[in-house]
Amino acid sequence: MKRRKLDMASVPGKAAVGVDDRFGVSTPLRKLLNKVFPDHWSFLLGEIALFSFVVLLLTGVFLTFFYEPAMTEVVYNGSYAPLRGTPMSAAYASSLDISFDVRGGLIMRQMHHWSALLFMAAIVVHMLRVFFTGAFRKPRETNWIIGSLLFWVGFLAGFTGYSLPDDGLSGTGLRIASGIMLSIPVIGSWVTSSIFGGEFPGEIIISRFFIAHVLLIPGLLVALISAHLGLVFKQKHTQWPGPGRTNDNVVGERMFPRYALKQGGFFMVVFGVIALMGGLFQINPIWYFGPYEAWVVSAASQPDWYVMFLDGSTRLMPAWEINIPIGDGYVIPPLFWPTVVLPGVLVGLSTLYPFVEARRLKDYRSHNLLQRPRDVPERTAIGAMAVAFYIVLTLSGGNDVIADKFHISLNAMTWAGRIGLLVIPPLAYYVTYRICLGLQQHDREVLAHGVETGIIRRLPDGRFEEVHQPLAAGGHDGHAELEYAGWVVPKKMNRLGALGPAIRGFFYPIEKPAEAPVSPGHPPVEPLPERKEISSGESRR
Amino acid sequence: MSTKTEHQAHQGPEPLDVHDPRLSRFDIVREGARRDDIEIVHYEEQVVPGSKAERRLTRTVASMFLLTGLAATAFLVVYIWWPWEYEPGSGGDKYYTPLLGLTLGVALLGIGFGILTWGKKLLPKEVSIQDRHENDPNVAESRKITGETMLYLADEMGVKRRPLLGISLLAGLAPVGAVAAAPLVGGLISNPHKNNQMFTTGFAPADGRKIRLVREDGRPIRPADISAGGQLTVFPGIEHGVSNKHADSPTLLIHLRESDAQVSREANQRVGHGNYMWGNYAAFSKICTHAGCPASLYEQQTNRLLCPCHQSQFLITDNARPVFGPASRRLPQLPIEVDDEGFFVARSDYTETVGPDFWERP
Repeated sequence: MKRRKLDMASVPGKAAVGVDDRFGVSTPLRKLLNKVFPDHWSFLLGEIALFSFVVLLLTGVFLTFFYEPAMTEVVYNGSYAPLRGTPMSAAYASSLDISFDVRGGLIMRQMHHWSALLFMAAIVVHMLRVFFTGAFRKPRETNWIIGSLLFWVGFLAGFTGYSLPDDGLSGTGLRIASGIMLSIPVIGSWVTSSIFGGEFPGEIIISRFFIAHVLLIPGLLVALISAHLGLVFKQKHTQWPGPGRTNDNVVGERMFPRYALKQGGFFMVVFGVIALMGGLFQINPIWYFGPYEAWVVSAASQPDWYVMFLDGSTRLMPAWEINIPIGDGYVIPPLFWPTVVLPGVLVGLSTLYPFVEARRLKDYRSHNLLQRPRDVPERTAIGAMAVAFYIVLTLSGGNDVIADKFHISLNAMTWAGRIGLLVIPPLAYYVTYRICLGLQQHDREVLAHGVETGIIRRLPDGRFEEVHQPLAAGGHDGHAELEYAGWVVPKKMNRLGALGPAIRGFFYPIEKPAEAPVSPGHPPVEPLPERKEISSGESRR
Repeated sequence: MSTKTEHQAHQGPEPLDVHDPRLSRFDIVREGARRDDIEIVHYEEQVVPGSKAERRLTRTVASMFLLTGLAATAFLVVYIWWPWEYEPGSGGDKYYTPLLGLTLGVALLGIGFGILTWGKKLLPKEVSIQDRHENDPNVAESRKITGETMLYLADEMGVKRRPLLGISLLAGLAPVGAVAAAPLVGGLISNPHKNNQMFTTGFAPADGRKIRLVREDGRPIRPADISAGGQLTVFPGIEHGVSNKHADSPTLLIHLRESDAQVSREANQRVGHGNYMWGNYAAFSKICTHAGCPASLYEQQTNRLLCPCHQSQFLITDNARPVFGPASRRLPQLPIEVDDEGFFVARSDYTETVGPDFWERP
């Protein structure tokens, strides 16, 4: 029998036909390949969170192979000599083993911790971007809510995660958490006792936190992230205003190949940075803290950064106890307000904000074009107020360290925080509002008068004035009549095409002004003539 | 495929015949995009094929990939042969994790920047415009159809005509939901007042016998063991007394100076704790009444006890009254005395609730 000749070139085509016969994927696949994404650096912040989450899953799975979620008391007998012979929980002993007795375990632990910090940081920065550009407006309110929930679920993931090693620091955090649960009126003691399986610390909390940390919370995170991305995909990404960009289109690149390639490269870069941090920067050195003992604590016990604002609010809270004189008497402890009520209010405010704003502005249309923060001074000022509030709380979460390092009285730091929390946010609101208005006016001024050139001209009557380069031909009163388009107004001469490319360098040019590149559709630009120094009177040189 | 399409506005709505042999592959790609309402308005090679610039970029990308290979190999070499087991002092093992991080990081960054350069510099630039279909007239029609279909389904079910079905279904489902939740809630729930555990500590006298105060290593304490102005963390001298099983019991035993002790005694008299001190010795719970951290920073000069977690400060000579910070309740005082053998014992358990506050604390 004659062997049939195999035509290598036709193999992929035939395979593709074979796949499509069975699964019918060619049309959806083409639509996916052809999806258009607008490009801007600020759209990549959410990706950092997504990529850190992937690294979290990868490193986390590694850690589960070696971690033992048990509070049984064992005597440590591992490699780390200073703790040998110390009684401790199996959880802490196995965390030490990951750090010292599992080859490459420490870098995995540190990468896991760093990517968790990066995950939360990227979520927060991404959220600020979405807020300040108005990307949360209709039709994207649902995704805004999912995003703010992701912060709080991530917060829980972080807290349950850093409680697992059961070292001195995390045990203290756990004790505070039990105190917070106890402070809930009416049901507090029942909630605490049910979660801890009896009185603090009990013997089961670590294994309960473990299953929450490795199964329930990641499951919830995966579900929320999928919904978040699915909605971005379905609703299509927002875009900045610009030439050809309208509320009804998306201007950008198709997903494949260039956009997807850039995403893949960016993922590897995020992964690489986390690997560098995990290897080079120490994080949570649990072996210095020792096992958790209820009677041991050290100064400067701080939680991870995203929990610090709650620590700060707890420190600033005055000792206001509410006594209810019924029967034997009941108490609402001061701890309840900054740790249960405040987060509750924050969740409510942040999730409801899109609806509040829509109602206030009576704006129920769909918005696919972003706004520059300066164009919406009220929202930008509210955002600045929230950020100021958060920063005061976060700094107060480390006020003992600040007091120590800068030789300030601790009590003065607490009072500064209490007063600052009330004074600084309104101040931030006012200042931001004024800055926004100023920036708006400057944009309008440049549109009307032109770009400032830095050239001072002396008029025949002796007056001096600055030469402006108009952006368009003047109207009836010599002012250009340009509409503000909601996008960057050129403010430096060099940004104007006619003047050639920008000269690089901050203090002085690092390169000679080169010839402008020839772009298709535009005539080549003449090289700049030799610059003449403009001076009054004779030249000094 | 260096096709430049400088905004060719709609080429007519009629679709191209993709089987036309005269079409280039790019023509078919653009036709596909058009069928997805995408207009590729600008498509431009960034480098001229075969040019010096292209060769240079290719070399750059290739060298980044090769760097990745090198760094990954270095990672493996370090992973396998570098001494990694912990040794006291500053041995080579201290560089194990940093070297792993460095090699792994460089490997990943190499591949990342390689791909980025490839995508950003070597692939053609494009501008495409996709329609969002916000004001599609078909949407209204489709909404109408879907809405009517759903209403029709509801009609077919006939709940409106047969209300008993709806009511009975709800009545049946509600308990099923409760059944689903019951095992979890019921399994987890635990009575916080079992054995009166929230109001007792390890110092509660057992079988009429008073509990000794012991050190961390379990040895009992004589008054002479603490000098004036000194303090010591003490535990109930029972089984597991020095462990997290009795997380509410750690206590601070303070030997006050004569003058401070006098002030302290007078303060004790005011709240009816006249006999809680023994000589110049006083014992206070170490568990902060605010959030439960150990309030363990004792300042001798001012007799203040500071909790490092939230900076509550307690004035020991005034019944450990909170004088600053978020704590609202004084630290409970343990009544102490010295037994026949000369060791400290607790005369009784704490008479106030130890630890963070909660709703039903009397």
